[in-house]
Amino acid sequence: MRAHLPILPLLISLTGALVIPLVGFAWRRLCWPLAVAAAGAASAAAIAGVGEVVARGARRYPVGGWAPPWGIELVLDPLSAFSAAAVATVATCALLASGPGATRAYGMALPAFYSLALIALTGFLGIIASGDMFNVFVFLEIAAIATYGLVASAGGPALAAAFRYIVLGTVGASFYLFGVGCLYALTGTLNMADLSARLPATSASPLLVGGIAFAGVGLAIKMGLFPLHGWLPDAYTHAPAPITAFIAGVGTKAAAYAMARTMLYVVHRPDLPVTTALAWAGGVAIIAGGVMAARQSDARRLLAYSSVSQLGYIAVGIGLANEAGLAGAYLHLLNHAVMKALLFVAVGAALLRGGRPWLPALGLDRTMPLTAACVVVGALSIVGVPPAGGFFSKWYLIRGALDAGEPLLVAALLAGGLLAVVYMYRLTEAVWIGGAAQGAGGREAPASVLACLVLLAGLTIAAGLASATLVDTILVPAARGAL
Amino acid sequence: MPVSSVLPVLALLPSALAVPLIVLSRRRPALRETWSVLAAVSQTLIVMAMVPVVLSGVAPISRPLSLAPGIPLELRADAAGVFFALVASTLWILTTIYSIGYTRAERERRQTRYFAAFAVCLFATVGIALAGNLLTFYVFYELLTVGGYPLVIHRETPEAVRAGRVYLAYTLGGGVALLAAVAWTVALAGHGTFTAGGFLSASGASPVVLWVLGVLFVVGCGVKAAILPLHTWLPLAMVAPTPVSALLHAVAVVKAGVFGLVRVTGFVFGADLLADLGAGRALAWLAAATIVLASLAALAQDNLKRLLAFSTIGQLSYVVLGVALGPRDAFTGGVMHMASHALMKITLFFCAGAIAATAHLDRVSQLTGIGRRMPLTMGAFALAAFMLAGLPPGAGFVSKWLLLLGGLEASAWVGVAALLASTLLNIAYFAPIVVRAWMPAASPGVVAEAPATMLVPLLVTALAALAVGVAPDALAPLLTLARAAAGGP
Repeated sequence: MRAHLPILPLLISLTGALVIPLVGFAWRRLCWPLAVAAAGAASAAAIAGVGEVVARGARRYPVGGWAPPWGIELVLDPLSAFSAAAVATVATCALLASGPGATRAYGMALPAFYSLALIALTGFLGIIASGDMFNVFVFLEIAAIATYGLVASAGGPALAAAFRYIVLGTVGASFYLFGVGCLYALTGTLNMADLSARLPATSASPLLVGGIAFAGVGLAIKMGLFPLHGWLPDAYTHAPAPITAFIAGVGTKAAAYAMARTMLYVVHRPDLPVTTALAWAGGVAIIAGGVMAARQSDARRLLAYSSVSQLGYIAVGIGLANEAGLAGAYLHLLNHAVMKALLFVAVGAALLRGGRPWLPALGLDRTMPLTAACVVVGALSIVGVPPAGGFFSKWYLIRGALDAGEPLLVAALLAGGLLAVVYMYRLTEAVWIGGAAQGAGGREAPASVLACLVLLAGLTIAAGLASATLVDTILVPAARGAL
Repeated sequence: MPVSSVLPVLALLPSALAVPLIVLSRRRPALRETWSVLAAVSQTLIVMAMVPVVLSGVAPISRPLSLAPGIPLELRADAAGVFFALVASTLWILTTIYSIGYTRAERERRQTRYFAAFAVCLFATVGIALAGNLLTFYVFYELLTVGGYPLVIHRETPEAVRAGRVYLAYTLGGGVALLAAVAWTVALAGHGTFTAGGFLSASGASPVVLWVLGVLFVVGCGVKAAILPLHTWLPLAMVAPTPVSALLHAVAVVKAGVFGLVRVTGFVFGADLLADLGAGRALAWLAAATIVLASLAALAQDNLKRLLAFSTIGQLSYVVLGVALGPRDAFTGGVMHMASHALMKITLFFCAGAIAATAHLDRVSQLTGIGRRMPLTMGAFALAAFMLAGLPPGAGFVSKWLLLLGGLEASAWVGVAALLASTLLNIAYFAPIVVRAWMPAASPGVVAEAPATMLVPLLVTALAALAVGVAPDALAPLLTLARAAAGGP
């Protein structure tokens, strides 16, 4: 079993996606527990993968025993193991919270809903596990098509959002594919390890520059990096409430991972301004996303623009390309997934109990005190108040920017924190004080949603307190692999 | 000499445990308040147990976990830290007892949130006091910001919510400056461990960088220390219930900012480096300006709590002035003033709260004849106001004398003049209140003091301030600790 750890999370998730329609046909009630169990098992396998990497080092895994360049190769190294564990764990929590809302909203379509969710998870895990540029494209598309379906399933305004998402997502995927094609024409291989061996020797030809640029822009669209984030706010706002936490929590993280993998491990050309461009784009994204988030009055849209800002942090870290910066980016991959899922689950819980997403009408304090308390934890983490996890990723990012001698990036990182104070304050005040008279629903969230909220809030704090251990054992090795 | 010990972590435990216990006993007020009192008492006892250890030259140190590679969460009980922790914990006991009387008299709602947030704040304050490095300090400093917010907006009136917004904007904004300073210092020096005499001079950074760093630190700590022009949040925060103003906005939160400057001047930069840069003198001028301008602003206030807030702003800068000047006497006086101002100002706030809860008056112009109705309360008020002006024999005199000696040694005439002017201004804004309190009122009421839960704490703090003035080491070795914090015998 241990030999197959690189592919195990993927297989479990895919099996779940195939079993759910069969079982759900007869027993619809089993769909939700099955989906949570499959995601949970995938997450357990991914965490076991982290243990494996820490104990025995990185490993390449030829699928079916077919060696590359003909076979498909998966890679289990510190970065992919950590990212897979983060994505699968947050996805499990998000699916755990989706049950009550999905059961009410979908009825007959429940098996399709959960099957799609697990196909999307398979796609995310595939992007992360893949050691081959073309398979990254395949998994990007698998994840994207499943996500389009999930967003569109809400109907109404979600259809327009999903259409926009499809158009931009397809443009992103095509750009990425074209870029990979250029690199293939240049080197004759799609395998990441082979590419990274051959690319440094090539001259800075238009083919190389074009390949990198197309792949980079494609992935930037997929990860929602400003100004290529156009699909993101509508998709997060109009996606069905039960699954928004899933999409917002982990959706962009796999693409961010692919960006780091491509630009640092595969390309790694310090002579070209690849990482510099990424760092500055990230700095602009932090500010622009934060300013836009501060102007929203719909809680979901506010959180969506907050994601644009937070993904900027990850881009800055990848772009800094030094040890502290990368550790910060990878840590923020986890922290942002956890805290954004937490906040979307909380807003979803308010909607489930009859609340409205408009900030002035979101008061939860009287009726849903535990949900409101969890919102505070998530907000503190986004603002970056210790000991919540968000602070620690920011700490490494700032250290990285200082090490790189980039005071403007330090300023952008800090200004992002100030903007986060503004928009998260508006959300928190709305939840605690605003609209207390109208209030949402009348009861605290269902037990499964509450359990998920408490779990995610606990993870937010735990990720902060354990950050030094994470950085020492897995993130610094992951960063060193790139340098 | 640092010695590994469990005591510093133990000092944090009571308030940490109190939070869940308070929330869980929300339906049983008596039990809930018992937890608060127990936490305050046990925290004080643990801090007291560290005092003789620290005075013998040993610094108990614990590193329960790692914050970042190479930077542990370090709790270290040195003289300055134990001094601050002792002041905050002791006054927490009295404030809790006072709060019980106050919340019942004023029929405050949301008392569970109130007592829980108080415990969070005291947890953070002791953490700040015992923090052994910059990152640990920052972690607790931000926690204190967040823990103080529910107390500012406690009544949830539009005015309170607005004050809360200003409070958060200022304190979290200052936090960002502090974070930049902390990260930069760690990047320059490779560590952030507080070292007596400072450690930045060894980093070899250029004077420009050090100046920028100094400004970031002063902005970061200056918000909570209410240095002009970063003070705006403090008078607004007076909408909070009076015990909050008394303990947090005169002792814990504002003193955390001041204490941050103690650490920055004495343990990060060091007096020599500050003198070389000329930064110490600049900070001292800023403090002198704050002292005079805040006292002038206090003259114009009619709301009693706002008047006390402006008085606090001025008095906090005594500490800043002392640690910025450099001479050992001035530093000792500055640290000592953290305790003496705490005792005197908490008395004044307790009196203001007792008057508000019993006679329902909160303006100076309404206080005519109040001294005849509440003689003990107003007696304590008059005593504390007298001592706050720095007249002997009072706690204020002890610290002011040392500050003046230090100021003369450093030939800082502006600072000396500001201190002397402050005495006159203190008299100018307190004397009318005291005189008015004993003027015959139009309708003389009967003697009606506040309940014992409120009256006893304010008498205790007033007498304690007097005792410290007469013999600074009588109650606890406060002056000895302050001298040790300044690096002297």
